[in-house]
Amino acid sequence: MTLIEAPPEQRDPSLTPPRTFASAERIRVRAFGLADAGELAGAFLSALALVWLVYERLTPLSGILGFWVCVYVAFLGIAWFVAREQRGAVVARDQVVRIVVWSGGVGLIVPLALIVIVVVGHGYHALRPHFFTQDGSRVGSLNKATDGGASDALVGTLEQVGLAMLISVPLGVTTAVFLNEIGGWLARPVRTIVDAMSAIPSIVAGLFIYIAVIRGLDYHPGGFAAALALSLLMLPTVTRTTELVLRLVPGGLREASLALGSTEWRTTRHVVLPTSRTGVVTAVILGVARVVGETAPLLLTLGAAHVFNGNPFSHPQNSLPLFIFNQFLLAQPSTVARAWTGAFVLLVLVLVLFLAARLAGGRGAGHIGRVRRWRLARKGLA
Amino acid sequence: MTIALDTPHPTYPAPAPPRPGGATLAARNVGAWFGDHQVLANVSLDMPAQQVTALIGPSGCGKSTFLRILNRMHELVPGASLAGEIALDGTDIYRSNLAVTETRRRIGMVFQKPNPFPAMTVSENVLAGLKLSGLKRSDHAAIVENCLTRAGLWNEVKNRLGDAGGGLSGGQQQRLCIARALAVLPSVLLMDEPCSALDPTSTRRIEETIAELSQQVTIVIVTHNMQQAQRVSHGCAFFLAAENEPGYIVESGPTEKLFSNPDDPRTLDYVSGRFG
Amino acid sequence: MTASDTWASSDSRRVSIAVHRSPADRVYRGVAYAAGSATLGLMGLIGVFLFVKAWPALHTVGVKFFTRSEWLPQAGRFGITGVLLGTVVIAVIALVLAVPVATLAALFITEYAPRRLKRPITWLIDLLAAVPSLIYGLWGRAFLGPKVRPLSIWLAHHLGFIPIFDARGASTFSASAFIAGIVVALMIVPLCTAVMREVFAAAPPGEKEGALALGGTQWGVIRDVVLPFGKGGMIGGAMLGLGRALGETIAVTLIISPDFNVSHLFHILPAGGNSIAALIALKFNESASGPGLSALMAAGLTLFMMTLIVNAVASTIVARSRSGSATEI
Repeated sequence: MTLIEAPPEQRDPSLTPPRTFASAERIRVRAFGLADAGELAGAFLSALALVWLVYERLTPLSGILGFWVCVYVAFLGIAWFVAREQRGAVVARDQVVRIVVWSGGVGLIVPLALIVIVVVGHGYHALRPHFFTQDGSRVGSLNKATDGGASDALVGTLEQVGLAMLISVPLGVTTAVFLNEIGGWLARPVRTIVDAMSAIPSIVAGLFIYIAVIRGLDYHPGGFAAALALSLLMLPTVTRTTELVLRLVPGGLREASLALGSTEWRTTRHVVLPTSRTGVVTAVILGVARVVGETAPLLLTLGAAHVFNGNPFSHPQNSLPLFIFNQFLLAQPSTVARAWTGAFVLLVLVLVLFLAARLAGGRGAGHIGRVRRWRLARKGLA
Repeated sequence: MTIALDTPHPTYPAPAPPRPGGATLAARNVGAWFGDHQVLANVSLDMPAQQVTALIGPSGCGKSTFLRILNRMHELVPGASLAGEIALDGTDIYRSNLAVTETRRRIGMVFQKPNPFPAMTVSENVLAGLKLSGLKRSDHAAIVENCLTRAGLWNEVKNRLGDAGGGLSGGQQQRLCIARALAVLPSVLLMDEPCSALDPTSTRRIEETIAELSQQVTIVIVTHNMQQAQRVSHGCAFFLAAENEPGYIVESGPTEKLFSNPDDPRTLDYVSGRFG
Repeated sequence: MTASDTWASSDSRRVSIAVHRSPADRVYRGVAYAAGSATLGLMGLIGVFLFVKAWPALHTVGVKFFTRSEWLPQAGRFGITGVLLGTVVIAVIALVLAVPVATLAALFITEYAPRRLKRPITWLIDLLAAVPSLIYGLWGRAFLGPKVRPLSIWLAHHLGFIPIFDARGASTFSASAFIAGIVVALMIVPLCTAVMREVFAAAPPGEKEGALALGGTQWGVIRDVVLPFGKGGMIGGAMLGLGRALGETIAVTLIISPDFNVSHLFHILPAGGNSIAALIALKFNESASGPGLSALMAAGLTLFMMTLIVNAVASTIVARSRSGSATEI
């Protein structure tokens, strides 16, 4: 921190008005400087050394996990001790908490990384292009892992999720519009119910569709029944997220629209929904991401199939999560490998959807795309 | 949302067709309630055509509530009710067959906080009123240019018509809102403290716009800024409310008179800054 | 016009404003009301159906449904004590592990993370929630189980005097409730973190600044302002996580080895464990009809009621707490 002094010729205040000092060095208040880093590094190294020396001998622990746990604990202790000596007990406590909180926050990356690494590691090597084109009808547990494919499962998932979207997105968005734009006495019970619906365990959703539709209406298990169960799970997510997004639209816009002489419907259609369009898209993608990996309801509603069946309305269908589940439980090396391959594809799919949701949500309402701009220019309006 | 029950509905007269050059608004014995809490009592005021009428007074006196009664926005608040008559060119807007959406189209409003529609471009914002009110007009490009010119914004945005409405500066956004309100051919334009959120330069521009517009549209403006009231208005109404009592008009009349030689001592106190 | 001081006696007949809606608006409102009612009706339907189908089983077995622990519906002897206990045990393990971690993560995101790290870390934690339950199950069984086994053995060996870690006479330590609990914990951490994150972010900056101005450290601010403010949200978040953990099906199904013996269920380290959801998933194919199916419906109904109640209580706690207005649950 350098003292900032005016150069000699400027010191007479009557001569010139004050000027800004080009050489002003800004004070870095919260900088995590070399000294702090050194303190932490030193504590860590001494913890490492200490534990290394006494580990096998003094503690009843063994193995690498225990070693690192001891190092961490020792690190906390030494860091606390050093901070207490240097800056007092209160700051020492703060320092320890800081380390613990950082570990908690950043440490969650570890299981995530482990999951991705394991799935990719197990699933990647058996993946062949024909995984996507051949079905699993003529392949059994005695075949190689790379034989056959899961086209029936993939098509099934696509169609079932697609149907679920068709059912739950219009219903969910309309319910959200009802809750936020219209409200009234009915809104409170409906909102409570939507919250309750989001708590339904996935297996119970499957159970319900089984009794109500497959047993009750004497419908056969297959893609459509599974889609109904999935839409039960997707509906609350879409509704709640959409309602949140609609709530974010400033009330001033609705007022402005009404003041121009608009009806409620026109206000919703031309102002509220376009303003929240990206948010609604995000809500839909999140809903899809939630159900694309759901297995439990499929166990009860899909029936068994290994043949490519493009029609969700007749005959049982397969589905990617069910494929993974069944193959895994067959517990043969080849089937387990196939299950991992499927898991790899599923994980990639979910990650892509997740990224899409984040990207879609990133663009604000004021983004005017190229096509729209071109269309407006043609009318002389842009 | 039918509220109190008094006399049965008389046969409502047909509404008068709109006149060019603005319309007269007249308020008679207007009262306003939020639930059971009365916020306005016995307010009567004439707002002549082609003139700017300013509503002044300390905050909380019901000026904005009165303004919102003029274009039937007050009733949107749950539990709100009102009494009295508001006559647009002689026709009571609350007791005629004029649809509420049509009333709001004819009596436009510009709000304190600029609120252009963020999902639309500048030109789409100007034309938004046509879509929303169902008014059919052709030649959209001409409408955009005309309204933006009258709002004093054309030169600044003529090359940026395809940009998002929310990307303009505060003063430009407010002028865009004025242009948007003008596109639906209102006879009256209500302005609720339009410059309070803006910097002095934008304020000056909007005051110039108000002066030019007053020939074509009747303007009623609520303002806290007494100097602004003096600058832009032809007539003024001074609102006041005692604590826990409804607001009312102390005095109204030509601006010059109110500011130099008012009848009521309270008016004199307010305009000379002794309270406010 | 001068003031009239007789405002009280003015004509106070209020205008009756009949709302004339255009046809389009009437259709709009009708459709919206229909959607809302449909959602309402659907939920009611689910409850009714489950109850009706579960009734035969409940009728057969009566109150013993809540006291027995074996599951032999064909013989008329079944009860949910075993599976219910197992479900709760796994959920509690998950909570005990997840809530502290979620609190730390939420505190990190709101109070400690440098501005540029906030968004990436939030994304990464949300990514944990995006991973399907099935993959958690596979990963738990194939990867985590073997890695946790030495830890289980160590716990049983050194801390076996604590009843839950008691593992005398056990031979296998994989496929345990402990492992399932760890995996479910990972699954509910993002949910708890998200709720707590919102709540901590809404802590009043005025109070925080006050604490700092008194000479407090960042930890002091957290301890004295943020955490007390966020208590309601923390409990609410924990209960939402509990609700999710209770209903978790596939991951648990893949990991545990179902055991209906109540005393075994308290020992979390050896192979065993159970859960209502896993029961339904595993027994479904055997019980295609009749008493087996009805019994499963009864179990499903119990699970459904449990998660409903937990979630309802969670929402109420959050809504009533000081931090409630800030969160969207």
